[in-house]
Amino acid sequence: MNPNAARVTTLGLRPDAKIRECLPPGLAPLDAMLGGFPRGAIAEILGPESSGRTTLVHSLLAASTAQLEICAYVDTDDSFDPVSAAAAGVALSQLVWIRCGHNAGHALKAADYLLHAGGFGVIVLDLCQVPPGISNRIPISYWYRFRRALENTPTILALAEKEPLAKSCASLMLAIERKKTIWTGAPGFSLLREVELEAASRKPVRPATAQFKARSLA
Amino acid sequence: MMFACIYSSSANLREIAAAFSPSFEQTAPDTVVFRVDGLQRLHGSPRQIAEAIAQKAITKPDGDEVNIAIAETADAAIIAARNFPGVTLLTNAAPNLSDLDISTLPLTEEMSQVLDSWGIYTLDQLAQLPENGLAERFGPHGVYLQQLARGAIDRPLKIFQPETTYEDRIELDHPVSLLEPLLFLIARLLNDQCARLLSNAMAANEVTIRLQLEDHLEHTRTLRLPVPMRESKSLLKLLQMDLEAHPPTAPAIALSLSLKPVHPRTVQTGIFLPVTPAPDKLELTLTRIRGIVGENNVGLPELLNTHHPQPFRLVPGPPTPHPQSRRTSQHAFRYFNPPLHAMIDLIDNRPVRLSAPGIHGKVLNAAGPWRTSGDWWTSTNWNRDEWDIALSNGALYRIYHDSHWYVEGSYD
Repeated sequence: MNPNAARVTTLGLRPDAKIRECLPPGLAPLDAMLGGFPRGAIAEILGPESSGRTTLVHSLLAASTAQLEICAYVDTDDSFDPVSAAAAGVALSQLVWIRCGHNAGHALKAADYLLHAGGFGVIVLDLCQVPPGISNRIPISYWYRFRRALENTPTILALAEKEPLAKSCASLMLAIERKKTIWTGAPGFSLLREVELEAASRKPVRPATAQFKARSLA
Repeated sequence: MMFACIYSSSANLREIAAAFSPSFEQTAPDTVVFRVDGLQRLHGSPRQIAEAIAQKAITKPDGDEVNIAIAETADAAIIAARNFPGVTLLTNAAPNLSDLDISTLPLTEEMSQVLDSWGIYTLDQLAQLPENGLAERFGPHGVYLQQLARGAIDRPLKIFQPETTYEDRIELDHPVSLLEPLLFLIARLLNDQCARLLSNAMAANEVTIRLQLEDHLEHTRTLRLPVPMRESKSLLKLLQMDLEAHPPTAPAIALSLSLKPVHPRTVQTGIFLPVTPAPDKLELTLTRIRGIVGENNVGLPELLNTHHPQPFRLVPGPPTPHPQSRRTSQHAFRYFNPPLHAMIDLIDNRPVRLSAPGIHGKVLNAAGPWRTSGDWWTSTNWNRDEWDIALSNGALYRIYHDSHWYVEGSYD
């Protein structure tokens, strides 16, 4: 038996265990809960409309571009807003934007090409507005293929969606919920000021949740 | 070392020089210089070498005057060839050139006047002037001229490089209608041209292919690359995808390929810098994606300096790292593209109920109206009232009214 292996085992570490590098999205409560988004893996960001999925995606892109990484946004429904992304700190000169014209098949193919090209920090596959009838028909083999392509790379594939799609292929599954909407001003003259969001980790399951705020652009 | 210089106004100097040395300097259109050290075993003494050069130069049919000089330095050989007719041998450069007029040197007008006022007329007189004084009066150029007059400048030759062309043409025996056999021919041309690029330390930022078609038309495609490339495989793949997307209308009977050479992009790399996609691989990937989603749907987002409701556009180009320090948690917005046509119930001019495709509900809170307008002098003008609303379905939307009510998008 290899004496070095024995020594590692006595320290309580599995010799075959992978230590994954993580990318914290820069939201303190979420960073404290998760430690960051694992690199070389699929991360699912779930939630209904206006839950704060896109806000979290922008934070993740901003964290990646701040490290001078090149990112990509596969925009299935042409819904990306560069103004709010830039306000969140995303360096737009480092972001490849691919508009897929409401075609989920094109979006999956584009994501596949990007993953196999390699070298990206974060690739966002935005499926938030894809009807469930279409998103549920995406073959599971796509997610296995994506997971295989991501292995041993520093890339994060972030899926923004309503319901979980990659399921067992995802290493992280975050459910986002908007807890509170803060309006300021007198009734009749109010202004949307900020929202309070809550993220719960469904995979790996963690009892604690992370609450964070996002300011409105107005 | 020994250098030979040929001075002639009309002889084909490069051809003559190339017959004796593969590397030579073309100092001027009428002057070439090259080393003749290695020719002693072939031709003998310096005089015999000079005679061999003269024989080669005089056998040319033009018959113009050809001066040949051999000296220990290149500049001494050049001065001798330009000033002494026939064959000149300078075994010791300085004494033989000493009687030449200083006008044989590249003097400025001011220097010429000053030296004339000093009574300096020959190279020998210039060579004997104190070097420090000359430097004080004329600067580095004065010292250089004095060194030239002394025959003391020993410099390497600026080797003549023939201009490389990056355009090739193939005439086909039979018309080719399929892309695959055409690609074999394109690959052959590309391999040759990329090898030329590599040997000249250049890259290409534009590739143009011209197909002469059977119906006497010409099919021209030009690829403008965002980053200079010289890998033939990548360029071939880009050309293949472009020709697949834009095929010629008839079989090709000839093809020509040209590259636009530019200096390659130099990037400072570092061990701690993050990994980024290889430029050629990224361009290939984006071209593939453009083939799926359309030419104008892949690029970088760019903000515009306007108050337009959608103040951004998609621009082509390679992503470039640009540090951005400001990071805040901002509530994101998502567009509905196209905006959803909506039915709005109003009470006291405030929305109370919304009905749009897939969205129905009671308005719980509303902020607005925010009135915006602009570009009234163009066809892309806008004039609308915007509202931020919270709906009973739990979502936050931005709606606006111009001629009708629309849901522009949601806050997410």
